[in-house]
Amino acid sequence: MDKFTTLTGIAAPMPLVNIDTDMIIPKQFLKTIQRSGLGKNLFDEMRYTQDGQEIPDFVLNQPAYRSAQILVAGDNFGCGSSREHAPWALLDFGIRCVISTSFADIFYNNCFKNGILPIVLPQDQVDILMADAKKGANARVTVDLAAQTVTSSDGQSFAFEVDPFRKHCLLNGLDDIGLTLEKAAAIDTFEKKVATLRPWA
Amino acid sequence: MTAPRTLYDKIWDDHVVHQAEDGTCLLYIDRHLVHEVTSPQAFEGLRMTGRTVRAPEKTIAVPDHNVPTTAGRDKHIDNEESRIQVEALDKNAKDFGINYYPVSDIRQGIVHIVGPEQGWTLPGMTVVCGDSHTATHGAFGALAHGIGTSEVEHVLATQTLIQKKSKNMKVEITGSLRPGVTAKDITLSVIGATGTAGGTGYVIEYCGQAIRELSMEGRMTVCNMAIEGGARAGLIAPDEKTYQYVMGRPHAPKGAKWEAALAYWKTLFTDEGAHFDKVVTIKGEDIAPVVTWGTSPEDVLPITGVVPAPEDFTGGKVEAAKRSLDYMGLTPGMKLTDIAIDTVFIGSCTNGRIEDLRAAAAILKGKKIKVKRAMVVPGSGLVRAQAEEEGLAQIFIDAGFEWRLAGCSMCLAMNPDQLAPGERCAATSNRNFEGRQGRGGRTHLLSPAMAAAAAITGHLTDVREMMSEQV
Ligand code: SF4
Repeated sequence: MDKFTTLTGIAAPMPLVNIDTDMIIPKQFLKTIQRSGLGKNLFDEMRYTQDGQEIPDFVLNQPAYRSAQILVAGDNFGCGSSREHAPWALLDFGIRCVISTSFADIFYNNCFKNGILPIVLPQDQVDILMADAKKGANARVTVDLAAQTVTSSDGQSFAFEVDPFRKHCLLNGLDDIGLTLEKAAAIDTFEKKVATLRPWA
Repeated sequence: MTAPRTLYDKIWDDHVVHQAEDGTCLLYIDRHLVHEVTSPQAFEGLRMTGRTVRAPEKTIAVPDHNVPTTAGRDKHIDNEESRIQVEALDKNAKDFGINYYPVSDIRQGIVHIVGPEQGWTLPGMTVVCGDSHTATHGAFGALAHGIGTSEVEHVLATQTLIQKKSKNMKVEITGSLRPGVTAKDITLSVIGATGTAGGTGYVIEYCGQAIRELSMEGRMTVCNMAIEGGARAGLIAPDEKTYQYVMGRPHAPKGAKWEAALAYWKTLFTDEGAHFDKVVTIKGEDIAPVVTWGTSPEDVLPITGVVPAPEDFTGGKVEAAKRSLDYMGLTPGMKLTDIAIDTVFIGSCTNGRIEDLRAAAAILKGKKIKVKRAMVVPGSGLVRAQAEEEGLAQIFIDAGFEWRLAGCSMCLAMNPDQLAPGERCAATSNRNFEGRQGRGGRTHLLSPAMAAAAAITGHLTDVREMMSEQV
């Protein structure tokens, strides 16, 4: 997993609420057995017509946002299916950070496993960043994970919360599985205990 | 004396392997269910790092999402990518020595139907799967939730998951349901009341008389859609019905182990006075048969209602409603019962069990469909066999339904069962998202009985009217 420390980039505005993972990456692209290559199909049905032409109105098709690295989105982003293809597609497109008033639980989790930082901020602050994002390519938003701040293009800075363990993993690009395997002895002990307590399990 | 605990607290406490200072826990996983779409990258990860599956005997795999539901699929799957995914699961199951129900096995079916059916899912367990509808298993009083592919790999390698505890939410359905109202109407009504983000950060425990009165199948329908309300999991405390359902299943405990298990299961309830962070109460009598009108499962209305206008909403929902109405091709003020239906889909992990097929068949018996197409996709090969034995299959076929093989099918339309643009479907599944059942396809969620009613009349219909006809 790539480290996430600081990021300064173009933020694309997507004010729609309840953007679900079916929208982020429609099911026909879940047939892959790889993690990479999904970026071209990110938001596929919103981004292309049935015959594969770009829909010019869609935000990521607009010249200003084609290399966006941040999304500022409406409430409850990432709801629906657990498909990790959603963060894979975002990452493959180049998005490293999503800002919203709330995220669906599984999607939120999946982001951290892939070096994407989901940031929850109150409505008024998201509104300010949304307005900032609408200014286009000159408006660069800065995210500093160590300091836990997001700064708009005109210098307004907002603090955000992040779980310390997740922050640590993201800052250092750590693999969860490796960390857990260091606790193998504790897992062994637990299994032995359960074998007598709940032998049917 | 320990403080009173909720059911969720108890299951959680019994599975903590390690707790870090910040409250992050390593949670032990009793059952790991696997399907072909969200697992290939996880197995690939194991191979790349030289890791193995820690507890193959607790890992159960079945292909369901991608498989065609027409005959001959055990010989050949036309779509190349689907075939590769199914073959990859065949190989991964074999290489890593996990329990497996291939397409050719009569026990194959939707992973959330197979788990309970085979007795893998038991009260008090932790159950995960790379699929959001893992919440279904909560009907047994098991802590069950969906995970992403990285977590699938984590569970394969370590049989644990890194988790932070969620908050406790109680959803109580008091009293009894009225005739024609089902578990599906309960779960949709709850989402209608709380919104799709209402449960975010919570584990829901469903309780109350109406829940107790549901069969295990109905309880699975309720818990299945906990995720649509945003919750991490849904739970229902086990009781006699639960034990009866589990007893004698292939992987349920037997003999002395059964007795020990039963004694433990009887401790699985929320203690008197335990704290819930959020409580929602709905009167069972107030729940009507419902349908969805929009493209979010929270867009729920009683079948007697009319299509809403964007101005009926506030905030971001105004725009979302505009977009939904446009996508769904509906005009505000239109009666829901005037919405004409092209296709009816009965199936999915929400409503693909035997009881669902019975409910639909009861309405369909001796009638013919008026919709262009209608299909039943049983949740498992065993459900299908039982429905054939009970004569339900014949009722469906006589009415004009296609009688399919088991799988997810048109619930997510990854296989060839898809809606065409603009095609309108009455579906017993769980998601009405844009494009969910095929690009441009329009989905109305409802119960199996309501789906059957729509199939007969060709438009959304209040099933209660047909029921009075029958008496
Ligand atoms: S039936 Fe639908 S919701 Fe259930 S597991 Fe399959 S695709 Fe998911």
